[in-house]
Amino acid sequence: MIQFENVTKRFPGGQEAISELSLSVDKGDMVFVTGHSGAGKSTLLRLIALIERPTSGQVIIDGQNLRRVRRRKIPAYRRQLGVVFQDHKLLYDRPVFDNVALPLIIAGVSHRDAGKKVRAALDQVGLLHKEKQRPETLSAGEQQRVGIARAIVTRPKLLIADEPTGNLDPDLSLEVMRIFRRFNEVGVTLLIASHDISLIEKLGCRRIELDQGKLVQPGDDPDAEDELWV
Amino acid sequence: MGVSRHSDAVSPVRKSGPFSIWLTRHASTSLGSLGKLVRQPFASLMIILVIAVTLALPAALGLVVKNARSISGSWDNALDFSVFLDMNVSVTEAEALAKLFEQRADIESVQLVTADEALEELKASGGFSEALDQLPDNPLPHSLVVRPSGVNTGQTIKLLQEELATLPEVEFVRGDTDWVQRFHAILDLVRQAILIGAALLGAAIIVIIGNTIRLDIQNRREEIEVTKLIGASNAFVRRPFLWSGFWYGLFGGLLALLLVQTGLYLLRDPVARLSGLYQGGSSLLALGGRTSLAILGIGVLLGLVGSWVAAARHMRRIEPR
Repeated sequence: MIQFENVTKRFPGGQEAISELSLSVDKGDMVFVTGHSGAGKSTLLRLIALIERPTSGQVIIDGQNLRRVRRRKIPAYRRQLGVVFQDHKLLYDRPVFDNVALPLIIAGVSHRDAGKKVRAALDQVGLLHKEKQRPETLSAGEQQRVGIARAIVTRPKLLIADEPTGNLDPDLSLEVMRIFRRFNEVGVTLLIASHDISLIEKLGCRRIELDQGKLVQPGDDPDAEDELWV
Repeated sequence: MGVSRHSDAVSPVRKSGPFSIWLTRHASTSLGSLGKLVRQPFASLMIILVIAVTLALPAALGLVVKNARSISGSWDNALDFSVFLDMNVSVTEAEALAKLFEQRADIESVQLVTADEALEELKASGGFSEALDQLPDNPLPHSLVVRPSGVNTGQTIKLLQEELATLPEVEFVRGDTDWVQRFHAILDLVRQAILIGAALLGAAIIVIIGNTIRLDIQNRREEIEVTKLIGASNAFVRRPFLWSGFWYGLFGGLLALLLVQTGLYLLRDPVARLSGLYQGGSSLLALGGRTSLAILGIGVLLGLVGSWVAAARHMRRIEPR
């Protein structure tokens, strides 16, 4: 589903956020990207969402080489992805329902169909009863769940999340991860950047660790984790 | 391999036809933009007022010129001139000449005044009747009163007069139409000036609306970024701003019409009094339906152009970070 081939991302200043990175994530996987801040986690996700372009190398998402996605086609490409942000990026001038409906409106779904899908998505994150509220009246955990509902309302095959539990306490974090887990069970591929190691270990998922833009350890072997993180 | 194939990724989402999507989107976006305008009534009203005044100004001046033209046009006989024929031209010859003149495109009508009629007129109008009775013969020639047709300008009337004067049957041509011609020339000048002024004011409207939309875009920068992040195209993001420009232009145009009509209403009495002094007949010409539509259309067009320019310039720069 996700394939990086010798990807380097160098910023104008000269520092490399990602260097010569190759990795792949299979369809239906749920994979965590870990590493210190500045290790390149966010850049990795931004390359997938086409917010950045690699300096060299290739990124292939679902068989599609992102190098060939032209600027004008970026919006259509992004609509296939679900993206969850650390700071939720909700629109605070409109209720929860409208926030979740936004990707559908952008995709041109009729209003009637949108209503059903929005409620289904809100139901999945347990916020069906809050659809009329404004985001600022919700707790941080609830706001993040609204962000997740918005990311999955179009039923994307791939969902990427940048520190989705960064601002949440452990209980809420676990709750959010459980929601992700349920998506994974119905076939959604997930790539989640996080530095919440203990939480990731609880879930027992594959982990990709980055350090200074390079792969530290494929992390395919869950047993290896303990050695690394003692 | 392209993106199109992958748009199937959202296939569980049933889509309607592209046209109905387009229509629904525009309907809801236009209402949304209208709602935004209504929610900040003072700011919106200020902009609409500025646009209205800017549109009303040339429209009102244009109307003044139009009225001046129609008043001077009602002085049709002011353009008439007399062609005095040679003494030895007979009535039948004069009639033939009149027919010949009438066939010309630059002459609307010709009225033959025979020598006898002219004498009668002279007797009736002046105190010369006794003196005239003394005369053995009618000293007056036949004459033709020529009314130039509307295709003429002051210049061509002059040429027409000169041309007729060269005919062998014609003794001389007399017409004092210079002042009318000058008046028309001045009106033409004023009209040109108004057109130039209107073009400048139109540019001002584009700038005003463009600036308003630019501020609006800056205020909603975050919203634009987020919607772009989740796959909104430039067109999608631009749409509400274009509609704002549309509404500004439309309401500005409507208010401009209202201003002009109010002005006309206030001027009704003085104009009636004035036209009474000039033998009546001329009432103030209002804005025609076509002109009104044109003002609305121009307002909308300028609104769209202004918002388009602003959106095109600033939207592209806002990319998710």
